[in-house]
Amino acid sequence: MWDYSEKVMDHYRNPRNVGKIDDADAVGSAGSLACGDQLKIYLKIKNGIVTDAKFQTFGCGSAVASSSILTEMIIGKPIEEVRKITNKDIADQLEGLPPEKMHCSVMGYEALEDALKGYEDYQDLEDIRNDIEPKKEKIVCTCFNITENLIWDAIKQNGLKTVEEITNYTKAGGACGKCKGLIQDIIDTYYKKEEEKNGGLSPAQRILKINTIIEKQISPELQKDGGDITLIDIDGNKVYVKLRGKCSGCKNSMLTLKAFVQSTLRDAISQDIEVIEAGE
Amino acid sequence: MENLIYLDNNATTRVDDKVLEAMLPYFKEEYANPSSMYDFAKHSGRAIFEARGIIKDFFNAANEKEIIFTSCGSESANMAIRGVLNMNKNKKHIVTTKVEHACVLNLYQTLEKEGYTVDYIGVNSNGEIDLAQLEDAIHFDTALVSVMYANNETGVIFPIQKIAEIIKRKNPQTKFFVDAVQVAGKIPIDVQELGVDLLSISGHKFHAPKGVGALYCNSKTILTPLIIGGHQERGKRAGTENVPYIVGLAKAAEIATDFLKYESTEVKRLRDKLESGILKNIYNARLNTGAAYRVPNTTNIGFEYIEGELILLHLSDLGICASSGSACTSGSLEPSHVLRAMNVPFTAIHGSIRFSLSKYTTEKDVDYVNEVLPGIIEKIRLISPYQDELAELKKLKNM
Repeated sequence: MWDYSEKVMDHYRNPRNVGKIDDADAVGSAGSLACGDQLKIYLKIKNGIVTDAKFQTFGCGSAVASSSILTEMIIGKPIEEVRKITNKDIADQLEGLPPEKMHCSVMGYEALEDALKGYEDYQDLEDIRNDIEPKKEKIVCTCFNITENLIWDAIKQNGLKTVEEITNYTKAGGACGKCKGLIQDIIDTYYKKEEEKNGGLSPAQRILKINTIIEKQISPELQKDGGDITLIDIDGNKVYVKLRGKCSGCKNSMLTLKAFVQSTLRDAISQDIEVIEAGE
Repeated sequence: MENLIYLDNNATTRVDDKVLEAMLPYFKEEYANPSSMYDFAKHSGRAIFEARGIIKDFFNAANEKEIIFTSCGSESANMAIRGVLNMNKNKKHIVTTKVEHACVLNLYQTLEKEGYTVDYIGVNSNGEIDLAQLEDAIHFDTALVSVMYANNETGVIFPIQKIAEIIKRKNPQTKFFVDAVQVAGKIPIDVQELGVDLLSISGHKFHAPKGVGALYCNSKTILTPLIIGGHQERGKRAGTENVPYIVGLAKAAEIATDFLKYESTEVKRLRDKLESGILKNIYNARLNTGAAYRVPNTTNIGFEYIEGELILLHLSDLGICASSGSACTSGSLEPSHVLRAMNVPFTAIHGSIRFSLSKYTTEKDVDYVNEVLPGIIEKIRLISPYQDELAELKKLKNM
């Protein structure tokens, strides 16, 4: 028996906003009958605001609950806000889902995204006139028809790190398992890109490198002038330091910090580093 | 739980009060190790001896020595399969079916990695085995044929005696193992008439407790033990005998024998009443097994265009216990391998529900399910994105 939250149980027992909107402004769907779960979502949009939403779901308790709560989350909200909703938001609103059921929240996100994409296409007639082919998405898991984009989004929104987690969140790799290698590639590519963004270093490597540069390069230079520097903390791109000895209280300390310490670190690690003097 | 309607007896059963009663003295008073050398141990030794005789009769085996007590159905199956293969190391081929229980199927997948070749025989859309395919598959190198007596999900009974004849004809050296877990207590078992070499049962499927099983291994078949240690079970299964549970298993077998007629008449009548009620009153229901020959307690029904876990959750809210072959309940993301092997249409496979009755199921239970199920199904149908297809089904049914 799944350990469903009270909220999930309430929503599959009494689903809200069930049905179809015949004159919907946007319709989105996700999943399929063959795969065991499918969700359709219908939206009425007026002046950039979702005025009504309805759903139809073929699926388990958590799939119905995810769809039901999603309609509640978007009715009355402006499109820009609706667009920001992730699968994690849906799961959070339901007070959590069992790990194996996270794919139900992803399906909600997917159907919503599909609906909004359709809505935008509807408004942008230019593309249709110019006969521009919509970009084809690459299918990774052929058993469940899961695209590379969906897996990428799931990694990004939920910080997933293993193939098993991807399967729990998207179902990809959950049947024949042939695409597990491809999924691992996507995970590796995602984190490699993340690493590049962070100067090609893992968070731990980055901290070590900042520390080494301060100790081995910056500190000896300052000591020549009778001062010194200590690393206090690193928070993302912000490096908190304390100037000591003659440096502390020196009226040129700001200059030392920015022109020397910060530029040395920026050259060595990455251009977005900001050096800040830690308070007392 | 109040108002519990338990229709999941193929998963496990309630322990019969008389079984528990028979077991209790072997916890409290007669707790001696049967292997010990004092008078106090005589009673527990005697209890094992008598239990073996009862199980021998339960199987209609020729000799008590052919009965080995184990801890469960999975152990019995693992012991039979590994034991036979270890004694015939030069033979590397196995024939089984696509619809075996996981405890057997997963073992064969492991054996494939160890160098064995396994042929998985298919079933038709009613879940009946393809005997021609089975006959073709057996050859000179076949060490073992392994077929379940009845399927746990559909209740479909396989023609074991016919299969035994085919094996004898194709390769008399090939051993025949039958997983009889789902028939014990439902239909009579006669190992001599069936002509099988090995046959396994599990206590908790017929009102004995969980944690005890038995394996029949005829005197012509030699096994290597799975658990090595003491001399218990004539060296075939080490470990101090689980005296109270073995006593419980024997008591349950005795009671089950007395109830076989009740199973084939009263339990069957209630199952048929439930089944025909559902098929009559719910237009998107289909019987997954067609006219196949089945154990008397099981029905497997597919509800088209709706999903099984949701049906189970709504049933559970009313205290009704059943099970589903849907992907969502299996935890594997794929629907039941049995229903897939039967090619149950994908519109119905995810909405398939198994109801399995027992001697404790009452007329009231069945009437209540028949009363509430149409409403539950209607509620779930309303959420389905397949309104047009459902309307079409409804029209067809009313025609």
